[in-house]
Amino acid sequence: MSDHGHAEPTTFWRKYIFSVDHKVIGIQYLITSFLFLLVGFGMMMLMRYQLAMPSPGDDFDPENLGMIRSAVAWLFGENLMPYGFMSPDFYNQLGAMHGTVMIFLGVVPLGVAAFGNYVLPIQIGADDMAFPRMNMMSYWVYLVGGIVMMSAFLAPGGAAQSGWTSYAPLSVVAPPGQTVWLIAMIIIITSSLLGSINFIVTTLNMRAKGMTFGRLPIFCWAQLVTAVLLLLAFPVLEAGAIFQLLDRVAGTSFYIPKDMIYGATVFPAAGGGNPLLWQHLFWFLAHPEVYVLLLPAMGIVCEIIATNTRKPIFGYKEIVGSLILIGALSFVVWAHHMFVSGMRTSLANLFVTTTLTISVPSIAILTCMLLSLRGAQIRFNTPMLFALAFLPMFGIGGLTGLPLGFAPTDLYLHDTYYVIGHFHYVVAPGSLAALMGGTYFWFPKMFGRRMNEKLGKVHFWMTIIPMNFVFFPMLFQGMWGMNRRLADPTLQWHNLPVQGWNYVISVAALVLLIGQLPFIFNFFYSIWNGEEAGDNPWEATTLEWSCSSPPPHGNFLAPPQVYRGPYEYSVPGRQKDFWRQDEIA
Amino acid sequence: MSSHAPANTSTGISNAKLGIWSFLASEVMLFGGLLSAYVILNTGSAHMVTPPRSMMGVPLATLNTFVLISSSVAMVLALSAIKQNHVDRFKQWMYCVIGGAGIFLMIKSYEYNHKWHEGITISSNLFGSFYYTLTGLHAIHIIGGVCVLLYILYEGSKGRYGPDNYDRVECVGLYWHFVDLVWVILFPILYLL
Repeated sequence: MSDHGHAEPTTFWRKYIFSVDHKVIGIQYLITSFLFLLVGFGMMMLMRYQLAMPSPGDDFDPENLGMIRSAVAWLFGENLMPYGFMSPDFYNQLGAMHGTVMIFLGVVPLGVAAFGNYVLPIQIGADDMAFPRMNMMSYWVYLVGGIVMMSAFLAPGGAAQSGWTSYAPLSVVAPPGQTVWLIAMIIIITSSLLGSINFIVTTLNMRAKGMTFGRLPIFCWAQLVTAVLLLLAFPVLEAGAIFQLLDRVAGTSFYIPKDMIYGATVFPAAGGGNPLLWQHLFWFLAHPEVYVLLLPAMGIVCEIIATNTRKPIFGYKEIVGSLILIGALSFVVWAHHMFVSGMRTSLANLFVTTTLTISVPSIAILTCMLLSLRGAQIRFNTPMLFALAFLPMFGIGGLTGLPLGFAPTDLYLHDTYYVIGHFHYVVAPGSLAALMGGTYFWFPKMFGRRMNEKLGKVHFWMTIIPMNFVFFPMLFQGMWGMNRRLADPTLQWHNLPVQGWNYVISVAALVLLIGQLPFIFNFFYSIWNGEEAGDNPWEATTLEWSCSSPPPHGNFLAPPQVYRGPYEYSVPGRQKDFWRQDEIA
Repeated sequence: MSSHAPANTSTGISNAKLGIWSFLASEVMLFGGLLSAYVILNTGSAHMVTPPRSMMGVPLATLNTFVLISSSVAMVLALSAIKQNHVDRFKQWMYCVIGGAGIFLMIKSYEYNHKWHEGITISSNLFGSFYYTLTGLHAIHIIGGVCVLLYILYEGSKGRYGPDNYDRVECVGLYWHFVDLVWVILFPILYLL
């Protein structure tokens, strides 16, 4: 079709495993990232088990542990789970790896790589990504990075245990698992770099005739901004990771202060470095990373809302402008993560100001989404339920962030469960819910069949309700002063009044896990047995709904021509209430 | 120069060129992160002791800067040669480009050896850590570049490039100028300031 086009592969290996087709790569990313989400969830369940029953009670009898404790002790061994209680080291490993796996191997690959790969090229009317082979390489590099990351558990002393933030100098003196973490991160950064270059070039260069920037679906805009964030933010963490790796293996002292005392002796390094350097380099990536988690989800929500309200999305230009503004501002807010690390007041004031400024475009987007619902005949299907849930959930996540953006309140709330509650509201019932909605929304396009609606609704309620029971109590716990990263919160007396919530949270997390079973079943059942979807099951307007489901190799039978904007729903004077972008009249 | 028809893309810029520019943008952030870390600790850390200029071997490094810039100029001439379909001249200039890189790396390794024996090692002090990390990463970029340049030379001498098909030569040229530019920034910051 186009001059760079590649022939359709015929062998199984080239077609499904080492495929250069963006659709196959998208599905590979989809399944792999869901698997990693499950792994991260599993780690979290172990931590929740520990937090629900952290310390031996008065009736504790080492000879008679009870069924659960003895099973856990037997399964994980005496080192990790003595008497069925988690060792603090193991807790730290799980904490660090849960964060790393969920963010870098779960949500980002799902939101950016899976949906971006599958949907973006078709939405802009391209036959594939700009660099198909590089696309394949980015998936395989990601998979290798993920496997290397998980292999850290086999290292002596276990996996990385300095938090997903890997703050120096703790991470510099940590056991070898941290080195594995750094190497895996560098591999994952490489994969992300390959992907982001591909997304940027594809979106800019591969658009169909007539697909001007003003006609680009919001999802594509979100992916473009996200790719720029990944492209420009990740290398800075790479620089930081190289420093940390050299501090660990080559005896440099980028993060080691002069005459640092470690283990009652002076740490054998020249010293003179500064641990705060790591925090700056890390958060320079990790704050834009928050928006990498968020923007694709916002794009998906916009698509689902426009389709199911049968109305043009409210304020297309405002949303796109806000996306770009968020992208730009996300590079100048990073130090609000470091108010407690020690910072000049004037500098803190600067970052308070930028942080509160960035909430303006975020709220603008949320308001546009909300106003899109006004006066609409809403179709309450499963994707729409997830998209609707995103609005209040992200709203809570965003609003609970404001006290953390102000330096004075942050000093109190930092390093408590409040922070955990806040950012999980953004990522889990926020982003992840939207990504679930996206899965239901584009599943018919990917496999030609719809997912079961009833099971979908069961999954929706079994996801959103337990998630709120998991994360809302954390806000209380945090305001009460319960510190995070404690394997046994009951060791601090002031935590005892809110320890009961930990039990509630753990039970809710278990319900959440059970609630994912209908989804997993639905996913695989519907691939083969779902109701046939047809090309345009949602009666939507964007280009992916004009090719067959699943689209053939090369996506379109003829290069599409775009005539109008992406959300022409309920146009007066037309018989149908949707007007596809490539329909001539 | 020759009139190169705009690529058949939405922007008229070829995918490869847009891709390499994006890649270079990320490289700017990588070296930007590394260099700003050095500048911040150089001004902010009481324990950042820079060695006296006599120990740094400024003349040799100046020669190296000259070699790398010449290599970059040769790259421009190689591209210009292939645009005019002079494959032989293209090959000659490419030998100069790669030869320049080789000389640069040889001088660099002599410098490393010399400094290491003078007592400036990667772990001796903070300056040493930065010196070897920054220049080492730059050298890795040179080595990577040489691999791609050798491939381009091989393809070019097979006659695969010409006035209508020099995109790859141009892209590797952009990368090569960037690596050169990084050195032009590293040299004054590490040796002269």
